[in-house]
Amino acid sequence: MALSADEVRHVARLARLALTDAEVEALAPQLSQILAYAEQVGEVAAQDVEPTTHPFALRDVSRPDEPQPSLPREDVLAAAPHAEQDRFGVPRIVSEEG
Amino acid sequence: MVLTRLSAVELAQKLRTKDVSAVEVVEAHLERIAAIDGVVADGDVWRAVPADELTSRDIHAYLHVTAAAAREHAADVDRRRAAGDDLGPLAGVPLALKDVLTMRGAPTTVGSRMLEGWLPPYDATVTERLRAADLVVLGKTNMDEFAMGSSTENSAYGPTRNPWDLGRVPGGSSGGSAAAVAGLMAPLSIGTDTGGSIRQPAALTGIVGAKPTYGTVSRYGLVAFASSLDQAGPFARTVEDAAHLQTLIHGHDPRDSTSITDTPADLLTTLRDGIDGLRIGVVTELQGDGYEPGVRRVFEQALERFERLGAKIVEVSLPHAGYGLPAYYLIAPSEASSNLARFDGVRYGLRVDAPTAEEMNAATRAAGFGPEVKRRIMIGTHALSSGYYDAYYLQASKVRTLIARDFASAFEQADVLVSPTSPTVAFGLGDKTADPLAMYLNDVATVPASLAGTPALSLPAGTAEAPDAPQATLPVGLQIMAPLLRDDLMYRVGWAFESDLGFTPIPAGDTAVEVA
Amino acid sequence: MSATTMSGEPISATTAAEHGVDLLQGDTGEWELVVGLEVHVELQTRTKMWCGCSTDFGADPNTNVCPVCTGQPGALPVVNEQAVRDATLLGLALNGEIAPICRFHRKNYFYPDLAKNYQISQYDVPLVNDGWLDVEVPTGDGQSVSRRVRIERLHMEEDTGKSLHVGDTGRLHGADRSLIDYNRCGIPLLEIVSRPDIHDADTAQAYLRELQSIVRATGVSDARMEEGSIRCDANVSVRRPGDELGTRTEIKNLNSIRSLGRAIAYEAQRQIGVIEDGGTIVMETRHWDEGRGVTETLRVKESVTDYRYFPDPDLVEITSPAEKVEAIRTLLPELPAASRARLGEAGVTPEQAAAIIATGLLPWFDDAVAAGADGAAAANWLVGDIAGQLSAEGLRIEAAGLTGAHVAELIALIEDGTLSTKLAKQVVAGVIDARGAKGPAQVAEDQGLRQVSDEGELRTIVEQVVAANADTVEAIRGGNDKAIGALVGQVMKETRGQADPRKTNELLREVIG
Repeated sequence: MALSADEVRHVARLARLALTDAEVEALAPQLSQILAYAEQVGEVAAQDVEPTTHPFALRDVSRPDEPQPSLPREDVLAAAPHAEQDRFGVPRIVSEEG
Repeated sequence: MVLTRLSAVELAQKLRTKDVSAVEVVEAHLERIAAIDGVVADGDVWRAVPADELTSRDIHAYLHVTAAAAREHAADVDRRRAAGDDLGPLAGVPLALKDVLTMRGAPTTVGSRMLEGWLPPYDATVTERLRAADLVVLGKTNMDEFAMGSSTENSAYGPTRNPWDLGRVPGGSSGGSAAAVAGLMAPLSIGTDTGGSIRQPAALTGIVGAKPTYGTVSRYGLVAFASSLDQAGPFARTVEDAAHLQTLIHGHDPRDSTSITDTPADLLTTLRDGIDGLRIGVVTELQGDGYEPGVRRVFEQALERFERLGAKIVEVSLPHAGYGLPAYYLIAPSEASSNLARFDGVRYGLRVDAPTAEEMNAATRAAGFGPEVKRRIMIGTHALSSGYYDAYYLQASKVRTLIARDFASAFEQADVLVSPTSPTVAFGLGDKTADPLAMYLNDVATVPASLAGTPALSLPAGTAEAPDAPQATLPVGLQIMAPLLRDDLMYRVGWAFESDLGFTPIPAGDTAVEVA
Repeated sequence: MSATTMSGEPISATTAAEHGVDLLQGDTGEWELVVGLEVHVELQTRTKMWCGCSTDFGADPNTNVCPVCTGQPGALPVVNEQAVRDATLLGLALNGEIAPICRFHRKNYFYPDLAKNYQISQYDVPLVNDGWLDVEVPTGDGQSVSRRVRIERLHMEEDTGKSLHVGDTGRLHGADRSLIDYNRCGIPLLEIVSRPDIHDADTAQAYLRELQSIVRATGVSDARMEEGSIRCDANVSVRRPGDELGTRTEIKNLNSIRSLGRAIAYEAQRQIGVIEDGGTIVMETRHWDEGRGVTETLRVKESVTDYRYFPDPDLVEITSPAEKVEAIRTLLPELPAASRARLGEAGVTPEQAAAIIATGLLPWFDDAVAAGADGAAAANWLVGDIAGQLSAEGLRIEAAGLTGAHVAELIALIEDGTLSTKLAKQVVAGVIDARGAKGPAQVAEDQGLRQVSDEGELRTIVEQVVAANADTVEAIRGGNDKAIGALVGQVMKETRGQADPRKTNELLREVIG
């Protein structure tokens, strides 16, 4: 299917990507072309086929509830673009969570 | 004796007998890197020169060279060897690490502006195992940004060049790791393979590269592209070296829930057993149209060689293999769209300031990700979104099941499957960058094994011309695919082929690589 | 938006009539209230859901963090097996079906307190389906009625970090930046989703209270609303009886069981008002303002809210074979309904029984009875004076050092006449002061708290008082029986309050004749 510029903007919002108008214009045909190619999967009759999410059907992998050392706080905050009061700082949050 | 031309096994032998020291081996490689790779050979950690200052003579395999740490580690290995300590089989052998695996003490960039300068606070399991085995890490290698690409041209730090022809790409996404080994700047390296990112560059640079069975090499510390497909594996100039390197990194890791608990196959014991009587399956769907004539010719010769070596060639079909690439280009971007959500300017990496957190996230991601990464995030976000999930992600996951079943029935008729690794020889820098879909088609032969999780190896099968250069001599790779957990079988077949072929995997006639 | 559950089946709600709940009266006729609750419970495992970081509450910011729970590139989750066991145990306590195979999905949304910008949760195949809870709803006359609330699902997920909003107001609105602490990020969280089977605020409150009690009884969480280890959101709608479900709003920021009741009552009236005025209800999230007693629009649920759920490729399926489930079932403790029945048989009133269970005092009650105390007396003391004194001191019973044995000892001292009720209360204060280092008998002895019931000693005092108050004695003899109170008071004064009041009364009457 062909993606319109508005659809590209909608997807960009979901993906939290600030795209320029030029990028939107360039992406719309590219994404449409790639999707048209990928849509070939729809030719396969697979109604009753179980989807695969892992090549290996491993199950019940878990760990015991035993504490392991945490990282030193300095190590975690060292990479933060902005840290303040031992926390990660971000500008004003506008949206509400989840 | 030119140390950089020796295989890992040969170097290990000379180190064991103390003919050379680990420090000498490291120095020889650092010297070559400094000479041909385009690095600022200065300080504890050497950096690649900026993309706009790279010349057409710079291979640009490395992003960072951990010179001081490598020298120190090598000296330590020499001390312990002198003291009579029991060291691992490849102790003191240097190697290069794809910049997608975390390692303390140097930046991990994943080829992206997003993580420029990021110093990871922990080591990947693969990194830990290599260190424990006393392999000496020379540095971190260039790659397509977030491992998305087939030419290494998507690196934010400039493309890597193919040592066989500096005007051509080394393949990707592990192009830096492949070029480091092909260009004699390391005897071994680690790459990662999601849809062919080890096998295809191995083919294009004339070396050996293997994607182990999914789940046998821990993904802990591997910056995720597509979690259900990503797998780290070895590059080397010989099959035996690759088998040794895979042996050092595989095995169960409790920190990776998808890590297989079974003991991995012993890759070395049966390596030289030969292939007399083995059934080698030629996959109908992975040949013919779309493969360059030179590639087809070398592949035909390879089949003749297998027959001479006593194997039986059988034709097998993977009926759904043709849908592998479309399925892959839905599944991998879907997982990537979620895996890359964490790059938001909050905890690490780039931040572009903006008045609100939401705008800051969006601006950071716009500035930090390159065009191909954005494209895949967009495709994946769309494929998972409401109203499209069933037709895209879910349908692709069902096709994946069918492909895995195809492999299972093919392996009832053949012990291993073979195909050309790549439909083309190395193509020119810039030749495919304008057409994303054309670039994706490089993965047509490698993606099926990725979806099925089966182990697959690429090794040099000969050389061929390029369609645009009839006089060129460029390597052609042969792909050997084995059943799940039978990595030993692909190495055994590969070793038999390699020893009969007598290929010298060192590019000739190019001044850049003739420094050694 | 069509009303379906997460797994896509149509939502089935009960009716108020089925539950014997009165309809709400609007200006234009009767309305039926329909409420479903989403309750989140933080598990009290030692470590987080996916990593070995501690779950300790109140640690310094960003000290219980590692590559996994801060979403470092390359880090991977591994399931905490205890969290799965705890979730299974609670699912069984809620009469749920444990799925033989379940898996984890990623719920994708961007928020700074969510380190990976996706939450690992469960989607189409949760661990637990189709449970129910019978709740006792007080009817206001000391009686109660039992109502069944069905539980659609219980699933496992992870908590988010905490944001500190810096700026003028301290709240999100008006803040100029936010500071994130990931200590809480990745703590195991259970989400328990009820069916829309609730038709009044009382039942909603009773459901939450009962759920809290069950969570505590199973020991999987301390379920403290004030610390956020149990949280509740309410989905509220109204409809004409017999109609399809109305558009619902989701009420957040319910910080106590009382807020839940108030918010539902307010929201029901608001919705009725909007519809009766010709308006329509918008599907939205509303914020409960405790101070003003109103709900306010927080955010309109856009049709673009699209979490893009897909199976988490970093995790594998969890199986619950019958033998594993049955082994966990054997760990089920006595649940509140059974405890209430047992307490009733021990002579405890329904209100006291509910209070003992809700406040977590059941182990103290059981210990007291085991140490010989009468059930009714133990309940009286625990939910009466002891709870009152602890609350006044701001102490939890374990911190005060009070044991069930202390309670039994106290009751025995009353029963054998050593202590009056009044003295016993002083003794309780003494035990609390000593943080349990001294028992009731020791406190009584140290402080000389002892009822004078020795007849000889008391008779001497009574005779002195009678002799010294001739006028009063005359009045009593003259028929003013109430005047005897003044003499009892005199005896109490002489004995510094330690006289047995009943015995004093008897002796006075005997001496006066």
